[in-house]
Amino acid sequence: MKSSELLKVLPNDDILQQCMHCGLCLATCPTYDLTKMERSSPRGRIYMIKSVARGEMELSETFAEEMNFCLDCQACETACPAGVKYGRMVETARVVVEKSIHKNKLSIKLKRFLLRYVVASRTNLKLASRILWIYQKSGLQNLIRKSGLLKIFSKKLNEIEKLTPIICDKFSDNLIKEIEYPNGKVKYKTAFHFGCLMNTMFADINADTINVLKNCGCQIITPQDQVCCGSLSGHNGDLDFALQLARKNIDAFLKHDYDFLISNSAGCGAFMKDYAHLLEDDPAYAEKAKLFSSKVKDITEFLFEQKPELKLKSASEFGVITYHDACHLAHSQKIALQPREVIKLLPEINYTELDEASWCCGSAGIYNVVRYDDALKQIERKMINIKNTKANIVLTGNPGCMGQIKFGAKKFQVDVEVLHPVSLINRLMEKK
Amino acid sequence: MNLSVKEKLKSIVGNKNYFDTYEDRLVYSYDGTPTLQCLPEAVLFPEDEEQISQILKLANEEKFAVVPRGAGTGLSGGSVPVENSIVVVMTKWNKILEVDEKNLTVLVQPGVVTGALQKEVEKIGLFYPPDPGSLNVCTIGGNVANNAGGLRGLKYGVTKNYVLGVEMILPNGDLLKTGGKNMKDVAGYNLRDFIVGSEGTLGIITKVLLKIIPKPAQIITILAYFDKLIDSAQAVSDIIAAHITPSMMEFLDNTTINCIEDYVKIGLPRNSEAILLLEVDGKGSAVIEDAEIIKSILQKNRASFIKTASTESESLQLKTARRTAFSALARKKPTTILEDATVPRSELPIMIEKITQASKIYDVMIGNFGHAGDGNLHPTALTDERDKKEIDKAHRAFDFIFNEAIKLGGTITGEHGTGLSKKHFLEKLAGIPGVEMMKKIKSVIDENNILNPGKIFSISPRCEGSLPIRKEQIQDL
Repeated sequence: MKSSELLKVLPNDDILQQCMHCGLCLATCPTYDLTKMERSSPRGRIYMIKSVARGEMELSETFAEEMNFCLDCQACETACPAGVKYGRMVETARVVVEKSIHKNKLSIKLKRFLLRYVVASRTNLKLASRILWIYQKSGLQNLIRKSGLLKIFSKKLNEIEKLTPIICDKFSDNLIKEIEYPNGKVKYKTAFHFGCLMNTMFADINADTINVLKNCGCQIITPQDQVCCGSLSGHNGDLDFALQLARKNIDAFLKHDYDFLISNSAGCGAFMKDYAHLLEDDPAYAEKAKLFSSKVKDITEFLFEQKPELKLKSASEFGVITYHDACHLAHSQKIALQPREVIKLLPEINYTELDEASWCCGSAGIYNVVRYDDALKQIERKMINIKNTKANIVLTGNPGCMGQIKFGAKKFQVDVEVLHPVSLINRLMEKK
Repeated sequence: MNLSVKEKLKSIVGNKNYFDTYEDRLVYSYDGTPTLQCLPEAVLFPEDEEQISQILKLANEEKFAVVPRGAGTGLSGGSVPVENSIVVVMTKWNKILEVDEKNLTVLVQPGVVTGALQKEVEKIGLFYPPDPGSLNVCTIGGNVANNAGGLRGLKYGVTKNYVLGVEMILPNGDLLKTGGKNMKDVAGYNLRDFIVGSEGTLGIITKVLLKIIPKPAQIITILAYFDKLIDSAQAVSDIIAAHITPSMMEFLDNTTINCIEDYVKIGLPRNSEAILLLEVDGKGSAVIEDAEIIKSILQKNRASFIKTASTESESLQLKTARRTAFSALARKKPTTILEDATVPRSELPIMIEKITQASKIYDVMIGNFGHAGDGNLHPTALTDERDKKEIDKAHRAFDFIFNEAIKLGGTITGEHGTGLSKKHFLEKLAGIPGVEMMKKIKSVIDENNILNPGKIFSISPRCEGSLPIRKEQIQDL
């Protein structure tokens, strides 16, 4: 990629100019908080991006490092008075880095291969997950963990292995019928996106979601030809591929008749709400994308807005319950009040607010794998805050956060159960 | 700056605290001030007093400038680098060293974030009132250097009212310690108060001793809309005349109201000429009585809507408009110039009128909000720095506004500082003898003019080299 071509992909000057370098983002930035250096802050990164875009600065390793150090948690967007879309800027900058100075890096090629051909392909992801499942169920995992075999290769690999999520026995796309009907009258026409990680590693949450929706009076369409939302590719420098997935999803869903497209994964929900913007220059899809995105609702957003009647038992036996904001819910979708209101209204709940609840846990897509050490500092901070609440259960609405907090709970010995809000609601419905 | 000087700087702070890549110089070339930028030669993070002292001594030997910096949220260019300068960043000096509950003082390093300090002392029922708009980011060092204010100025004063002592490294490398825990102390010149507001031109602050006070037990928030601006101004005067001192008395003008409504849609009256947001705090029945008197004054002055809140969540709701004012304005155009013209309280209605005039005469969109209780307004020009004509119009509008403020016995800056952006007005305000005295003091303390040169005023002849300054400002001098 030549520098003149780079300029075309970088955000245009009007967007870059929105940042008035007031610095109000600094306080919310997890990486600035670690280094206290301006180049690890949103303001500093925007200034660097602006200089590259205007041809005043060369792309460099420092530039690449700071773009990749960023968690893309978008807490700065919540703090920004001028409404700067920082996340989009940093994601574009990553594309530029990967297509130029990091073009030949093996890790980039490997990452792209995994995101394109494993995560985003349901068949391959299920295959890989099944292999992982065998690894876990056969006792091989225990054996390897006990043997410390991985330590021989690298101490980090041994630690990163602990991040591997537990694969469910059954995947949810096999459990959920293409059309599910409520027990009584149809009150809401909904559709459901089951996600890629949710499908294989958190299939039980998908089952809980369907069960709760059915009890709310929802008819649920789950198109089998739906695909991965594309967010992991989009956030990791492969927007072209992400847009291909977006178009496939739009085609898969818009064939059907529904009012709400329910997502239980903050990352997927945020990205699907963004299709409208991402495809606005595609004449064939711009209008369809707008319609598609307008119907996307996080499950907690749906429950908060529609207030469906649910018969629930007391939540008192579950002890103290707290809530962690997934970045892609609180910052990308600005959904922070809704889940709290839904949770607080559960019968006899003992809810306590988590300090720094909207501070990134370090999961950040695949950040905790590719930048293990940096992510560890964030999850340690998160676990200290969780410990201080003395909570028995921490609720959060994103698979990445759930995996990371489960990992953190083990690593830092915090006795807490991690649940999706919809799973807690499902448990409260069980004994009617 | 030649390589050998850079090597010497590196050996003072160590490789890990020295940065001079283009990227690092770029991200310290600005602060929160619109349109000002200048690349420093290097960026340093000293670890102790001794290192700072050595840096300053070297600056005197090698004749380069040193620009101290906290979080870089300033709005007058105080921490924007100058030609041939290095930036000394104090953000890593962020420890609260002591909380003395017997004397009600806290000893902090200069990089402590103002909001973090407030949170910390509030845990034990104490209170540090100064609350500049950037309190979640800005540092105590910067607050002291600029004598930062905030929303609570009317009742609680500003930063200077809380500074008990300062330690700083003087330009010659000596460590100065002044002030202490004594509530009364008249030994010699009052150096402490002189340092407050010196904008990093007299020394690099390394420790600050601050006064803290008990946290008010009860707060009542009151929101009022006015069809006519003049009625809101009269209400402010009447409240002060009734011997009530609200802890907050904020004003929003019609342009600001409409920008907020465009942005958050909370049902503000688009035709209202003014909104007032007030808060009274204290103990028990006195607070309730004050709130009642204020309500009747607001009614008497034809407020079209009045609402009160005494719980935190209700009060937060009433504050939504004020809290989003800056964001709402900032979203309108790419460049937002936030100023802080301040006048004696009694002149407030005239000043508000003059700002509206400036907007019309120079054809610039100006939203106006601010601290009505202490006469400190924030006329905010919404413009685009890439358009020379637009930005020129904005600057002319502000020149008009500042001149009018001076005529009314007001000042060019209530809480942001003089820095680079307002130095050309200083003589008009402080008079020639005043500015001469400042310059003399500066040249005695900083013989070679190495510390933050060219800020507040220029020592003539302009030995500090060219500065990031507007052309017409130079002609004014």
